Amino acid sequence: MTDELPRRDAGAKTAGDAYPAAGEPLLRVEGVVKTFGTFRAVDGVSLEIKAGEFFALLGPSGCGKTTLLRMLAGFEAPDEGRILLGGKDIAQALPHERPINMMFQNYALFPHLSVRDNIAFGLKRANMARSDIATRVAEMVALVKLEGLEKRKPDQLSGGQRQRVALARALARRPQLLLLDEPLAALDKKLRENTQGELMELQRRLGMTFIIVTHDQEEAMTMASRIGVMKSGKLAQVGAPRDLYEAPRSRWIAEFVGDINLFDAESKLRDGHRLVVGTRDAGALVVAEPREPVGEGKFSVAIRPEKVKLSRRGPVSETGHATAINRLDGVIADICYLGGTTTYKVKLDTGGMLQASVANSARLDVDAYSLNQQIVAWFTPDDCVVLPS
Amino acid sequence: MSARRIFARPARLAAIAPYVWMVLFFLVPFGFVLKISLSQTAIAQPPYEPVFDLTAGWTAIHAAFAALSIDNFKLLASDDIYVFAYLRSLTVAAAATALLLLIGYPIGYGMARLPKRWQPVAMVLVIVPFWTSFLIRIYAWINILQHDGLLNQILRALHLVSRPVVWLSTDTAMYIGIVYSYLPFMILPLYATLAKMEPALEEAAGDLGAPPWQVFWLVTFPLSLPGVGAGVLLCFIPVVGEFVIPDLLAGSSSLMIGQTLWLEFFTNKDWPVASAAAIVLLVVLLLPLLLYERLQRRQLEER
Repeated sequence: MTDELPRRDAGAKTAGDAYPAAGEPLLRVEGVVKTFGTFRAVDGVSLEIKAGEFFALLGPSGCGKTTLLRMLAGFEAPDEGRILLGGKDIAQALPHERPINMMFQNYALFPHLSVRDNIAFGLKRANMARSDIATRVAEMVALVKLEGLEKRKPDQLSGGQRQRVALARALARRPQLLLLDEPLAALDKKLRENTQGELMELQRRLGMTFIIVTHDQEEAMTMASRIGVMKSGKLAQVGAPRDLYEAPRSRWIAEFVGDINLFDAESKLRDGHRLVVGTRDAGALVVAEPREPVGEGKFSVAIRPEKVKLSRRGPVSETGHATAINRLDGVIADICYLGGTTTYKVKLDTGGMLQASVANSARLDVDAYSLNQQIVAWFTPDDCVVLPS
Repeated sequence: MSARRIFARPARLAAIAPYVWMVLFFLVPFGFVLKISLSQTAIAQPPYEPVFDLTAGWTAIHAAFAALSIDNFKLLASDDIYVFAYLRSLTVAAAATALLLLIGYPIGYGMARLPKRWQPVAMVLVIVPFWTSFLIRIYAWINILQHDGLLNQILRALHLVSRPVVWLSTDTAMYIGIVYSYLPFMILPLYATLAKMEPALEEAAGDLGAPPWQVFWLVTFPLSLPGVGAGVLLCFIPVVGEFVIPDLLAGSSSLMIGQTLWLEFFTNKDWPVASAAAIVLLVVLLLPLLLYERLQRRQLEER
């Protein structure tokens, strides 16, 4: 691996454009709409991405994330709205006029060209000098550790190697913005995890701005510094992985990002800084009052499985703080051993089901619970989230 | 006997079938033609000698073999008529194939880029002329191209020409006929290759800074070469031996080899020379086939 990091240069198609410093806004998407027939694939998305960010567009298939990415690359033109890159509207610019490169989902390597010629393709289009192209290609080959494979054709490479060629080809022009369309979807799990780490390292070293599209929430959480969750063509929530997970803005996001227990509220009662919420399935639950007050509409109380503690006897609670802990009785109805953790499904005496995820912190299963065992599940009000339905 | 071997038998038979076909309908007739090409004309039935008579005994057969000669091939090489006919056939076929490629490529490309649900419709439109007999369609062209035909009527109605243009019995008419008749054979292989091509490849080329014409020359066209090769062969080979279209639409000043063959066979009743001409034609046509084959093999070896 070369120690000298490839510095950002503007590349031929961006000659003269000043590149914003890290942390400065690089890309602004303003009210972008794209319709196919009557289907609004992207329905009024606004978004700002800063230079040096690793941003993930996350959502189920058909949510519009790929269409949004294709509009950034220039393969689709938005029907409404603006796309500003470094202050310049590029919404109607053709792909070859944009200082943006994309890594395609199935890599889209040119099958008739060698690894070297694939990587050099974009450089030749930029009318770079021959010797500079050779230097840059060698640099890229080293960067993605493909030394010795330069003369191979794409169909003589493994899936992982092809992925590296695609990455090197997209990075070779040193774009202001790199788009990655499900870049790891075609790799097997182990390779995918390694590659995630490598991509993050690369992005940090190059100081480049990455936007990745993925349907895999774990992948988005692992890699991205910020995530935009899309649903039916709209951005449902934008935030750091922790915000999305711990403070989801809606019930849909809470369920889409990770596992969660949800209890529909039937009544609520204020008690100082707490709310006492009556639920049908879990009885009365004490929750911290949410930052945004709960309106008159329906809402539910949510708790992540790993925040639920289980014990045989229940927590010792000081008198006077009886409401400091939610305490639910039940029996173990299902056990799912996952290696690092075990997920228990608890049938509550109040009728509902509660999932609890317990870390297997000891090798011997002295602490494990067995089926049909009487159990107490408990969690603090601060661990609960109140979500509008 | 294992189940596998029992099931293997019909499979083996199926593998043999094409060879049986080749032997029965290509190699055996080819043997006949080759033998006739080495014989001499005779005013007899059949119109050549020697004739093999298997009942005549060993010495007669031996004598018949001794009577075979390559005189007919020498004649072909020495007489300008044949050499010119071969050259004209090859140039007409080359020019027509180039025209077909120029016209067929945009059509095949357009079809491949149509929305998926419209592609079968376009396909049917390309194939639909086959539902009418080839001969009738060529006669229809005579109708269109003749002195007071549709083409001249339209040209005069548009005031593009003041008096009728002579189309019929010209090379132009022949090229129109050939391009019209062979266009589907050029379009279909091109369409098949282009439709298979991943659209992301063209997008990737654009993304990497290639303007549309470079996308075409650097990615689309090189990747469609197998289709180009198939379409060129499918058109070039039969056009070299084409008889009907030049006979009906072109003038009689210079003949293609197919017409020369016909003349030798039916007018001059010279079966041996006609057979020799056919053998030479076959050899000439094998050359591009072998070239194509070698090119393909080299491509495979590169992988």
